[in-house]
Amino acid sequence: MIADSLVWATIGIIAVGTFAIRGSFIALFSLIDAVPRRVELLLGFVPAAVLAALAVPNIVVADGTLVALSEPRLIAGAIAGGTAVITDNMFTIIAVGMGVLWIVTAVA
Amino acid sequence: MVNSSRTTELRQGVRDVSPIIIGIVPFGLIAGAAGVEAGLSAAQTMGLSIFVFAGASQLAAIELFGQDAGIGLIAITALIINARMMMYSASLAPHVLEFRRRLKLLVTYVLTDQAYALSIARYEQAELGDGQKAWYYLGVALTLWVVWQVTTAIGIMIGAAVPPALQLEFAVPLVFLAILGKSINTTSRQVAAVVGAVVAVLWALLEMQYDLGLLLGGTAGVLAGAVWMLRGPGEQHR
Repeated sequence: MIADSLVWATIGIIAVGTFAIRGSFIALFSLIDAVPRRVELLLGFVPAAVLAALAVPNIVVADGTLVALSEPRLIAGAIAGGTAVITDNMFTIIAVGMGVLWIVTAVA
Repeated sequence: MVNSSRTTELRQGVRDVSPIIIGIVPFGLIAGAAGVEAGLSAAQTMGLSIFVFAGASQLAAIELFGQDAGIGLIAITALIINARMMMYSASLAPHVLEFRRRLKLLVTYVLTDQAYALSIARYEQAELGDGQKAWYYLGVALTLWVVWQVTTAIGIMIGAAVPPALQLEFAVPLVFLAILGKSINTTSRQVAAVVGAVVAVLWALLEMQYDLGLLLGGTAGVLAGAVWMLRGPGEQHR
């Protein structure tokens, strides 16, 4: 294990860097006091692109390979996705997804 | 009246984040337990949660501390994992531009995947004033912050006690999936989602050393969506 002071220094560097990342564009657009129109057009796609990139690999990839069609997480994710088409209720979607995950895991 | 609607948004934020909490609890416990197991002190492990407050990067840093990696490698790895939050910063910026400076600093410090995802979905769905936007965001983000600190501390003290068989962490991608369902309401946004997912999956399959899948997937998705909107069939651009 590296020395205590170096651990703290590393934590400090990560903390400052992460704060800078989090604040990057909030600070930049505050500085110029506006969000350029072209940029705003791009920003409209951030939620869709990011949410898909956040969720999908967690469902279809495990240990560096695509999961099998019988994989509980894939089945649960697909059924939860289908539920999301029918209802907006977050609790229902989560309950269905977790319920299917547990049932399929128990059966498999 | 204004105050009451702000309180309403605060409560709405807390309510909306509650399913995510289910998935965050085991994650926080692991962040605590893994830190002390890797040889960090309780204070250092807690320090990561308090000062960095970004789970995936904390776990990567802990893993590397345990392997006696150099501080440059540890810091760079953690920051690359966190680079995706630049996209959140940009996406939230139009909504927080008029906030007071101190509030902007607080918003910045507690920015996470989950706080971003829930807030941007809420802002797109409802017509909210600045105060309401701020309180909704804080309802989500500060709840996450408190849960993260408490579960890290518990993980340090008693280890990760949640049975892994429950797979509670799966609640987190489910929440993202649920919010995604609401946000892909145009063809070009669907294109953005598909491209974002495919690129992120490909990166995960390649098992690259650096966890850039989210940033690359997100960027590729955004560009694809924009190109589709400007050039593609069916949707006219303004």
